[in-house]
Amino acid sequence: MFSLQAMARRSTGSLQLQTFSYSKCLRSNAKLNEPIDFSTTPLLHHNKKTFTKTLGLSTDGPSKRMNLFQSVNNALGITLRTSNEVLCFGEDVAFGVVFRCTMNLQAEFGKDRVFNTPLTEQGIIGTAIGAAAEGMKPVVEIRFADYVFPAFDQIVNEASKFRYREGATGGNVGGLVIRMPPGGVGHGALYHSQSPESLFCHVPGFKVVSPRSPSQAKGMLLSAILHSLDPVIFLEPKILYRAAIEQVPEASYTLPLDKAEVVKSGTDLTIISYGRPLYTCSAAIEAAERDFNGASIELIDLQAIYPWDRKTVLDSIMKTGRAIIVHESMVNFGVGAEIAATIQDALFLQLNAPVKRVAGWTTHTGLAYQKYIIPDVARVYDLKYSPAFSLISVLESDREKLCALNVG
Amino acid sequence: MNFLTSSDLAPIPTYRVMNSEGYLNDPNRQPPDVSNDQALTWYKNMLTVNILDTIMFEVQRQGRLSFYMVSAGEEAVTVGSAAALGPNDVITCQYRETGVFQQRGFTLKDFMSPLVANRNDPGKGRNMPVHYSGKQKTGVHAVASTLGTQIPHAVGAAYAFKMEAKENPTESPRVAACYFGDGAASEGDFHGALNMAATQDCPVIFICRNNGFAISTPTSEQYRGDGIASRGIGYGVDALRVDGTDIFAVYEATKEARRRALQDGGRPILIEFMSYRVSHHSTSDDSFAYRSKGEIESWKTGYNPLSRLRRWLENNGLWNETMEKETRSAIRKAVLAELTAAESEQKPALRAVFDDVYAELSEEQLAQKEELRRIMMKFPDEYDVESHEGGIAGL
Repeated sequence: MFSLQAMARRSTGSLQLQTFSYSKCLRSNAKLNEPIDFSTTPLLHHNKKTFTKTLGLSTDGPSKRMNLFQSVNNALGITLRTSNEVLCFGEDVAFGVVFRCTMNLQAEFGKDRVFNTPLTEQGIIGTAIGAAAEGMKPVVEIRFADYVFPAFDQIVNEASKFRYREGATGGNVGGLVIRMPPGGVGHGALYHSQSPESLFCHVPGFKVVSPRSPSQAKGMLLSAILHSLDPVIFLEPKILYRAAIEQVPEASYTLPLDKAEVVKSGTDLTIISYGRPLYTCSAAIEAAERDFNGASIELIDLQAIYPWDRKTVLDSIMKTGRAIIVHESMVNFGVGAEIAATIQDALFLQLNAPVKRVAGWTTHTGLAYQKYIIPDVARVYDLKYSPAFSLISVLESDREKLCALNVG
Repeated sequence: MNFLTSSDLAPIPTYRVMNSEGYLNDPNRQPPDVSNDQALTWYKNMLTVNILDTIMFEVQRQGRLSFYMVSAGEEAVTVGSAAALGPNDVITCQYRETGVFQQRGFTLKDFMSPLVANRNDPGKGRNMPVHYSGKQKTGVHAVASTLGTQIPHAVGAAYAFKMEAKENPTESPRVAACYFGDGAASEGDFHGALNMAATQDCPVIFICRNNGFAISTPTSEQYRGDGIASRGIGYGVDALRVDGTDIFAVYEATKEARRRALQDGGRPILIEFMSYRVSHHSTSDDSFAYRSKGEIESWKTGYNPLSRLRRWLENNGLWNETMEKETRSAIRKAVLAELTAAESEQKPALRAVFDDVYAELSEEQLAQKEELRRIMMKFPDEYDVESHEGGIAGL
């Protein structure tokens, strides 16, 4: 089993060399915050037999081992082939550098369909809006989610309101898809690590989605580009571009953009997350279920950030009575706040514990501190221990005492 | 080391066809390729815009309208340029392009319905006055208040048309045109758009209405270079400066720009129409606070686009004082009649609150609609639902 930890031990032990790794991290007896082993995580399909666990993935037909950028590349190729309206543009898209999602597409489809643009996010998104308004399906790429902000006006004031202000003319930019990679990678620091999804959810108009895996990404992207009548913001967790590798059906298939998915069943607690932190949650659940006899934790992949699948989430908490939401971006005013408020509004009397959010601390993701800021396995695991979140069932008479404890 | 300085270069000249007396500026050139009918239509369209503006400004002052923007001084810029665009060309604009809508087919009812936000407004009463939604009739994207955002939209539309022309080479190719003011041209979207258009060879016409002001900010405080036309060359875009109060110059320039924009599959062109914003910025502005009445008067008399075309028409025996009086009177009557009719119509159905945010109502929107309905029915005296088509049932 490969791990950074094992590599560090080998290099200092056998060669007696002083080595400095910029990502030197863990104490050697860490048990929870070990690097995620993507080759064994239950969240990925290591074998196409497990496709049956996921709605929309068919075991008929060939499948291929792909990582996230390869599955995105595959999906983009299918859409460019399927529909002449599809365009793919952005900075460095022609060579597909940095993340390689658009590799070889210009060679196959030509410069008219796949092209580089000048360095102007506002120009890129504004142009895409105009093209979508006239029937094209522009799939534009923002190099890092951190750089989307020059286009924020075009996104919230123009694309989000386009159909609404056109009204009866039917004018819309439903063909628009904006792809961007959010999330920490360990060394991205302040400007290569941000997760701005909640900012786009506070003005309605877009479908904001985030796939957890290559197979999810392909189906959701095909759906976003070929079928969505609303513009889509498609967040591809950048660390998963290379890290997440699994079997992906080779054929074209679509997955819904408005459904959350229960990726692991449980009865005592519901954890809701999306993107990269799902893997952290999965590891924390594994550890908790190993350490606490009878603990049974349900894990939901939100997938659709907004509009989100309230029914799936609320049905789950109806059953478990406890919820934790986990996301990378700062805890305040984030996706967790929206979900927590909705849960307590709908299920107050069914709750056995306050709804908790495990998210980035209220600070920026400084280079040397990222691993302390972004939620890790230990923090998600720890929630099981906190007095306000005990797995012991709460009796009616104790409910008020517990609420009082949690205030402040 | 030869730094290029602005003072090395002469200001870009201004293209003109007709002088202020209504005669050809250059008597040796051919008269403009415009029929008498066309010129008369343009004049009546400019008159309609001018009278509509005057009346609606007063209507706002009377409290019957929440807001209005007059385009006095720029009637030729909008009517003349719109006249030169193709019937299927698509336009994005700023908010002072009433003449574009008039020239491209808006009736007085099409203006009045959105101005009073009644049930006949395609925009469903969502946007402020003068922010028209008229794409089906005129090819103009719904107007937004945000400045400059419309500029790259035209670039994208033009790219779509370029692709369309490649796929259907036998059909008449189209261009996209965007209108923006001297102030909007300072926004980043202008820069991004010109760069995108030039690098992608888009058949787009960038039309700048340089009217001297961005609310109270004169152009001397808006930029240091030679207007907006001078920026074209920096992006590799051909540019022309035109006397925007001379409708023939406006028409010819736009026609030529369109021809050039369609050359070699497509390229962007920039036109800067010079004029003067005779009116206040809007009904929320009192421009006497920052400029003299004398300045306004001198532009109003010396560079009036309507009187200039009128003189041309009279010089050519096509117009006279009687026709002027009768036409003005008829337009005024029609405007007031349409206004009254529009005001008597109901507001759009309440479902317009939630519709069209997405293609289909979301699950949550449906729930919110029910909650709003519950509140409105619980407190019927607090909500004037009957003024909306269908009342509470229209939600």
